[in-house]
Amino acid sequence: MTENRNIKIVMDSDGIDRCLTRIAYEILEKNKGKENLVLVGIRTGGVYLAERLQKKISGIEAGKIPLGILDITLYRDDISTSNKKPRLGKTKITFSLDNKKVVLVDDVLFTGRTIRAAMDALIDFGRPKMIQLAVLIDRGHRELPIRADFVGKNLPSSLWEAVSVNLVEKNGIDEVVIEEGT
Amino acid sequence: MKILLTGAKIIDPAQKIDADMDVLLENGKIVKIGSDLLKSVKSKDSEKVKIIELAGMVLTPGLIDMHTHLREPGFEYKETVASGAAAAVAGGFTSIACMPNTSPINDNRSITEFIRRKAAEADLANVYPIGAISKNSEGSQLTEFWDLKDAGVVALSDDGKPVMDAALMRRAMEYAFSLELPIISHCEDINLSGGGLMNEGYYSTILGLGGIPSIAEEAMVARDILIAEFTKTCVHIAHVSTEGSVRLVREAKKRGLRVTAETAPHYFTLTDEYLQGYDTNLKVNPPLRSTQDVAAIKEGLADGTLDVIACDHAPHGRTDKELEFEYADNGISGLETSLALSLNLIKEEVLSWPELIAKMSPNPARILNLSKGTLQVGADADITVIDPQLKWTVDVKTFRSRGKNSPFHGRKMQGKAILTIVGGEIKYVLPSLKV
Amino acid sequence: MKLEKKDILGMKDLTVEEINLILETAESFLEISTREIKKVPTLRGKTIINLFYEASTRTRTSFEIAGKRLSADTVNISASTSSVIKGETLIDTARNLEAMNPDVIVIRHSAAGAPHLLASLVKQSIINAGDGAHEHPTQALLDMMTIKEKKGKISGLKVAIVGDITHSRVARSNIYGLSKMGAQVFLAGPATMLPRNIEQMGVKVYNKLEDAIVGADVVMMLRIQLERQKQNIFPSLREYSQHYCLNRSNIKRAKKDVIVMHPGPINRGVEISPDIADDPSYSVILDQVNKGVAVRMALLYLLTGGNE
Repeated sequence: MTENRNIKIVMDSDGIDRCLTRIAYEILEKNKGKENLVLVGIRTGGVYLAERLQKKISGIEAGKIPLGILDITLYRDDISTSNKKPRLGKTKITFSLDNKKVVLVDDVLFTGRTIRAAMDALIDFGRPKMIQLAVLIDRGHRELPIRADFVGKNLPSSLWEAVSVNLVEKNGIDEVVIEEGT
Repeated sequence: MKILLTGAKIIDPAQKIDADMDVLLENGKIVKIGSDLLKSVKSKDSEKVKIIELAGMVLTPGLIDMHTHLREPGFEYKETVASGAAAAVAGGFTSIACMPNTSPINDNRSITEFIRRKAAEADLANVYPIGAISKNSEGSQLTEFWDLKDAGVVALSDDGKPVMDAALMRRAMEYAFSLELPIISHCEDINLSGGGLMNEGYYSTILGLGGIPSIAEEAMVARDILIAEFTKTCVHIAHVSTEGSVRLVREAKKRGLRVTAETAPHYFTLTDEYLQGYDTNLKVNPPLRSTQDVAAIKEGLADGTLDVIACDHAPHGRTDKELEFEYADNGISGLETSLALSLNLIKEEVLSWPELIAKMSPNPARILNLSKGTLQVGADADITVIDPQLKWTVDVKTFRSRGKNSPFHGRKMQGKAILTIVGGEIKYVLPSLKV
Repeated sequence: MKLEKKDILGMKDLTVEEINLILETAESFLEISTREIKKVPTLRGKTIINLFYEASTRTRTSFEIAGKRLSADTVNISASTSSVIKGETLIDTARNLEAMNPDVIVIRHSAAGAPHLLASLVKQSIINAGDGAHEHPTQALLDMMTIKEKKGKISGLKVAIVGDITHSRVARSNIYGLSKMGAQVFLAGPATMLPRNIEQMGVKVYNKLEDAIVGADVVMMLRIQLERQKQNIFPSLREYSQHYCLNRSNIKRAKKDVIVMHPGPINRGVEISPDIADDPSYSVILDQVNKGVAVRMALLYLLTGGNE
């Protein structure tokens, strides 16, 4: 399966960790501390990154900040026209979002459509004071006017390439790979 | 006009003929039957004789269906006397007896005469009306049997409904017997079958449809046998569908009672298992029964308990069938599939050719007191010619019957009537056959 | 993931995989009903017609809420307001509805097989919301979802269903569904309420409630239709309730942690004694209602799609 594919590792385990450490500091710096700060990870990759950020932030400033999990399937703009129905994941946001500074966390920022869906979903949960976006990889090719506030790495890529963020929690290894489409 | 039918295998149970022979028809009668009539005809008056070559075919006395529903008067959109008669000859039947449940019910001379006039106008099959036992088939007052007989009915029945009142049935049997009119009994205890839509069993249970228990039929078969025995009269049991009914009729015959019985092709072909798609074309009364019942019906046919195969031809319009199962009418349009389904019994070795033809021609003739059902010299020239090899597929669009309600649509069949002669005249020829 | 089926006509036709997919999807939908804003935009622009030929408050409402929470437009047609009374046949109604191009038609009908007829006539997805005494698949699915939540599993459980099995579509759908998922189903009712050859469905059949519920994990009590008394299916409500009412004393024969279910509406004191019905340590009747919306949302979600 892999024989004809050109797979390039663009970030290893240490690289990912360093990015997340920097983003954790940036989040605290930009928000002047962790007051009213909450993290919401987008299923599935964003959830693991959000959990890691939560840990790193509590390592910098004592105390856990709330973490929510968001499944954006029901908010996708292609859901009612597509015949493929993604398996639904559970959304778990057990705290109020009213007047909170919400940091949405995802692994890859690409067209921006996922983030659009995520913002619509968040607004159904309440009225956050602001929504910020943290991503590990920004690969460009935006189709909507959306940008990230915190970026691990800008990775210019072609549309034919696939960018995957593999994480220990689901893939058994931490790495970011770029794969040429065949 | 003379017709010589040559080269076919002749099956005439009445004369115990099962051999290759020729038959010569003249003036609506059979004038000669024997081997090699062809030579003598050719030498004498060959120009005046129409010779029909029938090598490989089976020639039988005209088939008689003693249980047909023609819907005229009243429901002409389902069937008329003419369309029913056309369906009959296309299915190989030269004579049919039609049940009285028209609207109005055939419970008086004027309806009987109307049906006979319509049949004469159609001039296809012989049509013998059956009169109602009770006025409006309501089961409370006898009709004028004598007058009906004079008008031309050949039997009496409230078919479609049972005669629930045992005392009325007793009187009907006694009175009809004295007039030599057979009583055909639709055996169903409507209290037992009440609200039922299909055979009561595993399939009615899983389909959630109200069940009609086999005892609804059997209780009435038993009752009618007892009445016939007590009154020393006779009774004919219509559309036998259950194992228990076969057993009751068999025992009655063993005791020498004058009980006869018929079944219909769907009762030895289909089971209630087929109803799983809620196809209303499978909704009949009595309902399709279990595999065990089908086996018992075949046994009853084989051992002579069941004398007759009758279609119970029940044509309906689309609006009567394209409904929720509960609301759909009962019945199968059967005249044009009955023969092929019955021929399966030969293939399955349930019946021999002469046994099958007996149940479709001389036996119904005997029960209805018709001087038909034989190829004897001097008999009416009613003849059915069957191609036992012909393979065809049932297509309701080609039915002559207005009733397209057949669960056999699309079924592959073998064997078909290719030529139907009534009173010496050709009334049906398979379109591809040149005569 | 998508259900390969066009229609949901009965539990008989669903595979174990399909049942699992529906139940898992439904679990994800449960959370939406707990939100402040109980609505997601998923089925925006989709039209769902609830075609009810038989009175029903809870099932119709449940489907309506399910559709609305997914942002679909839901239209209710009931026998009393539609052209049914003018004698329009189901076929004509179907053709007319089809011409209006809905995406899903939910049908409730007193005649068994009516949803099958409708499904054969129109290209839209049909969901059977109960047909005669045949099937009521969404009820069985919500029952199974409730059982799964309370017991953590379905396989290996002993489930007793008590009452008028003959006339119960809930019983039939649950027998199919629960058996497929590996539960053992026990039935109890007077002989007049047990349809012929029901044991061929793979269930154990008893006449006494006390015998059927021994060691049961779940007891499902069916609603008694009072009008059946006229058909002599039972002599009187008084006698029925004396022998088939689940109460404090006979429930002791079931497992200690038994849950009690009822498809509703309940005849208090006839099928279940009020103290059991209202005891949250036994009764999960309101959980069932809650699961109903989620299950129906899941089906609407899984059945709708584009025209690819």
